Amino acid sequence: MPADANAFQTALALILGMDPVLLGIVALSVQVSLSAVLIAALLALPLGAALALWRFPGRGAIVVALNALMGLPPVVAGLTVYLLLSRAGPLGQFGLLFTPTAMVVAQVILILPIIAALTRQQIEELHQEYREQLTSLGLSRLRMIPTLLWDARLGLITVVLAGFGRASAEVGAVMIVGGNIDGVTRVMTTAIVLETSKGNLPLALGLGLVLLGLVLLVNAAAYLVGETARRRLG
Amino acid sequence: MQHKTRIALTAIGILGLSLTAQAQDGERYIVLASTTSTDNSGLFDAILPTFTEATGIEVRVVAVGTGQAFEIARRGDADSLLVHDTAGEERFVEEGYGTERADVMYNDFVIIGPDGDPAGISEAETVAEAMRLIAEAEAAFASRGDDSGTHRAEQRLWEAAGVEPGGAWYRELGSGMGPTLNTAAGMNAYVMSDRATWVAFENPRELTLLFEGDEALFNQYGSLLIDPERHPHLKHDLAEQWHGWLLSAEGQQAIAGFTVNGQALFFPNAHSD
Repeated sequence: MPADANAFQTALALILGMDPVLLGIVALSVQVSLSAVLIAALLALPLGAALALWRFPGRGAIVVALNALMGLPPVVAGLTVYLLLSRAGPLGQFGLLFTPTAMVVAQVILILPIIAALTRQQIEELHQEYREQLTSLGLSRLRMIPTLLWDARLGLITVVLAGFGRASAEVGAVMIVGGNIDGVTRVMTTAIVLETSKGNLPLALGLGLVLLGLVLLVNAAAYLVGETARRRLG
Repeated sequence: MQHKTRIALTAIGILGLSLTAQAQDGERYIVLASTTSTDNSGLFDAILPTFTEATGIEVRVVAVGTGQAFEIARRGDADSLLVHDTAGEERFVEEGYGTERADVMYNDFVIIGPDGDPAGISEAETVAEAMRLIAEAEAAFASRGDDSGTHRAEQRLWEAAGVEPGGAWYRELGSGMGPTLNTAAGMNAYVMSDRATWVAFENPRELTLLFEGDEALFNQYGSLLIDPERHPHLKHDLAEQWHGWLLSAEGQQAIAGFTVNGQALFFPNAHSD
């Protein structure tokens, strides 16, 4: 039986069946990736904006490093977090390895550079556009950060979504730091890897379709929020 | 603006709390580092509920290659080990990382290959001869190449056959058993697998079982306890209960009772002394 033909049926059966195991996996995926996106956004949005507004020696190096880190291989991020959180590592005493928290940490490391780098670029453009108005208002650069972030919010939704996409799609990092433990740290992507390794390709692809549907929902929700805001701005 | 910030902070707080809650509600659990062969075959799904029901201890399985399982345990990240590399396990105890090692069960390795058997290994008398035939025919062979128990066993077989594998026909994949079988199925190559993973594997395409039954293909699994002095933070008493249960009559029965398509995949052989 061809895997691709069965995948749609399998995906449909998975969704309609409301299998509690699958629901648990979906819930954990959403929980881990949304937590990572929230934390990363809280850190990266102001960081990106600050990088756009301040000029200081070494700024270029930081910008280049952030841009480069957008391509950080997930497995490298995972290995780094593994070595940090392992009992033999510097943060070992907290016993966080093989927990959802470890997975959030790894995903934050992966998506923070993406959100920060893209924010910097957007805010820099916006700042050039409004530089005179902002200066005439007598705003300090620190006060400009929230103003500019708020002004750029529609574009920044897409930036944050890019981060969410990376977080929910990656498997290399969460596999290493989570351990793919059934019922504890198994998320959609690690479940797909597991089913593939069992040769159960229709189920693996079906899970993939469910994950795609999930990401689609999140993006649709963000689109609606953006559109509503745009219309209100008129 | 401030209102929004408050909403965001509350959301993070809730997410954080739910994550910690999740980490705490299974206080009585151990982390077991084990191999992909035991996990992929479905053995743990079959036997763990029995153990958890009897003791209230949850077993969280991290399924990796045997080499990585040893490394996880050495670093103090697992409470117990269930792997299949007797020589490596004994070394683990000798080096002072483990306090106890015991035989739990066995199964065997089988040689899988293309339906047409271009190297003619199904006629071989011994596995050494079968390996030699593959090398002489330079038929494609997919090796795990990941320092797992199966990979180490495969290397011992080549050595016994007097063959130093290499060349375009010998493909080291650096993958787990399942992915290696998937790749072997894709390139129609010979491959050595543990029987459990092979029987439970659902994407064989043209591959079929060609050679089995030689004593050299025996595959012993052992359970290990980690040294409490080296890693005092581990849950040694819970791990001991798990180790003891595996070796007990109930544990051994649970292992014997696990079948796939009516076929037993692991044979308990703990020494009851």
